[in-house]
Amino acid sequence: MSEFMIRRFFQSAIVILAMSAIVFFGVNVVGDPVDMLINPEADQADIEATIRALGLDRPIGEQYLFFLKGIWVGDFGKSFIFGQPALQLILQRMPATMELAFAALFLSIIIGIPLGLFAGLKPESKVSKGIMASSIMGFSLPTFWVGLMMIIIFAVELGWLPSTGRGDTATFLGITSSLFTLDGLSHVCLPAFNLALLKISLVVRLTRAGTREAVHQDYIKFARAKGLSNRRIVGVHLLKNILIPVVTVIGLEFGSLIAFSVVTETIFAWPGMGKLLIESILVLDRPVIVAYLMIIVALFVFINLVVDIVYSLLDPRVRLRDQGA
Amino acid sequence: MTAVDETMENPEIQRDDETAPTLVVENLKTHFFTRIGAVKAVDDVSFSVKTGEILGLAGESGSGKSITGFSILGLIDPPGRVVSGAIRFKGEDLVTATPERLQDLRGNRIAMIFQDPMMTLNPVLRIDTQMIEAIQAHRKMDKKAARQRAYDALEMTGIPSPGERLNAYPHQLSGGMRQRVAIAIAFLNEPDLIIADEPTTALDVTIQAQILHEAQALCKRTGTAMIWITHDLAVVAGLADRIAVMYAGRIVETGVTDDVIDKPLHPYSVGLLGSVPSANKRGERLNQIPGMTPNLIGLPPGCAFKARCPRASDQCDATPEVSELLPGRKIRCHHPHFEEAAQ
Repeated sequence: MSEFMIRRFFQSAIVILAMSAIVFFGVNVVGDPVDMLINPEADQADIEATIRALGLDRPIGEQYLFFLKGIWVGDFGKSFIFGQPALQLILQRMPATMELAFAALFLSIIIGIPLGLFAGLKPESKVSKGIMASSIMGFSLPTFWVGLMMIIIFAVELGWLPSTGRGDTATFLGITSSLFTLDGLSHVCLPAFNLALLKISLVVRLTRAGTREAVHQDYIKFARAKGLSNRRIVGVHLLKNILIPVVTVIGLEFGSLIAFSVVTETIFAWPGMGKLLIESILVLDRPVIVAYLMIIVALFVFINLVVDIVYSLLDPRVRLRDQGA
Repeated sequence: MTAVDETMENPEIQRDDETAPTLVVENLKTHFFTRIGAVKAVDDVSFSVKTGEILGLAGESGSGKSITGFSILGLIDPPGRVVSGAIRFKGEDLVTATPERLQDLRGNRIAMIFQDPMMTLNPVLRIDTQMIEAIQAHRKMDKKAARQRAYDALEMTGIPSPGERLNAYPHQLSGGMRQRVAIAIAFLNEPDLIIADEPTTALDVTIQAQILHEAQALCKRTGTAMIWITHDLAVVAGLADRIAVMYAGRIVETGVTDDVIDKPLHPYSVGLLGSVPSANKRGERLNQIPGMTPNLIGLPPGCAFKARCPRASDQCDATPEVSELLPGRKIRCHHPHFEEAAQ
């Protein structure tokens, strides 16, 4: 196991290094932030002073090395707009995005798995067919459109739930989050559901497919032949087997939940990283964009690692292979 | 196989004749209703198993022998259904029993062993979990006592170091060990009847012999009745007290094992036995039954073996009834090999 972990750690480091190059040079190709930042009436001397102050007069290779050196000590440079360290800006907004992503993840699991199980166990029932049809909608309807519709229905027409902002926050165990207040929870409802919709559909389909396959397996028939209750057969024998692919996909998709939150945060004016990213892109605030992308890369790498570990906990066969490696 | 021969001549079996049979199946019909027609997988099957008796249910793939086993346990899934007939287990009809009653009997009074030991144990649960749950599903017993019972059952099957096996996952065990675990699970609640669905087919020949021997010894020791489903007549020859030969959903011949093996009456049994390789026919071509097993959808009336039978006549267009030609020999044929058998 430890050898496996060390190998994975080095692989992760290489991935992050490669991504840093792609991100840095990629962002440098698009547009010139100086045009956006500087007062059009400024004279040449002012412009050059600004360029020098931002370090944009150096050759790009040198800028990259400087950037790498910064990363090493956690310095992604200062935001051109806010004048604050980019990393700090993003980390300030990270809890908002994380709580949104976790709420969406939670929804996709508690809604997706039971619906998928039902659809898999009773494939002929009308309800199951309804579930599957809805899941296709969940896949194909664009997030922003569903978000707008939800605002129109639940916030404007019915007036049940607020449509913008994060609401009140409270601090619990050192974490400040809107999930700890009623007002905050009511605020998180719509955006979290909007963000979760695609994942719910995905989990429903995965769970259903897994269930349909597993119910015909001999071990399920053997469990029935042992006279076990249906609850134990479905809740233990079936669920533990189908959870293996579901956990893998949910885990890997957690990264994309954070990435997708860009759209949802923009629609629901959720003060998270995604909204910051869109704003930064609009003004070409390079350090913030680069820092955001690097954090997302690191997050994906980290999630992959966690999924591998959870996977080995769920599937004893994986554990054995690691010991042998 | 000497141990086996001894039990065959064991006079105790004769005495069991007087006791009430553990299981009586009468005119069982299990059909599958598919889009292209009804498949009569089990069609008018009757047999009985006595306490401590091993009945060999032999037949080719698709002859309905496994479906017969699943029908007894009430494990037929749609589109299949037990259409008619009675399954009397110690006097209680299982066809009309409630699902709760069947669940209570399964694994408790009637246990089953499956064909492929690689597939029957749940890959993500430890052996002890899978054994303890089988005990606790049927009786109130604390975990420690149940684990001890599981240990004893494993030890009984002759598995080496049972304590370690309890903590193992199925993939850490060999096929033979897994089948021993499955057998131990079947015996856990000391059932009255065990249905073994080709439990040795997926195993090496040497392991096969050990498993056969152990299953037989366990049955004799505990008085458990057993239905041993197989396509291999050589397997049941050494194991079963009686044999029932199935063809296309019907039992075509039943009788005491030695009688059926030595003097088969039904042309299908004759063909089946003729196609078994044996030492005294070395160098000769094996006999084979011409043709294929018939498609069970839209099976024409009459004897299902008609098309492949060397003795078939126009008479065979009518379904032959079951007749008892010799004491204890029931047969479903218009043209049995009776003359040869009488000699």
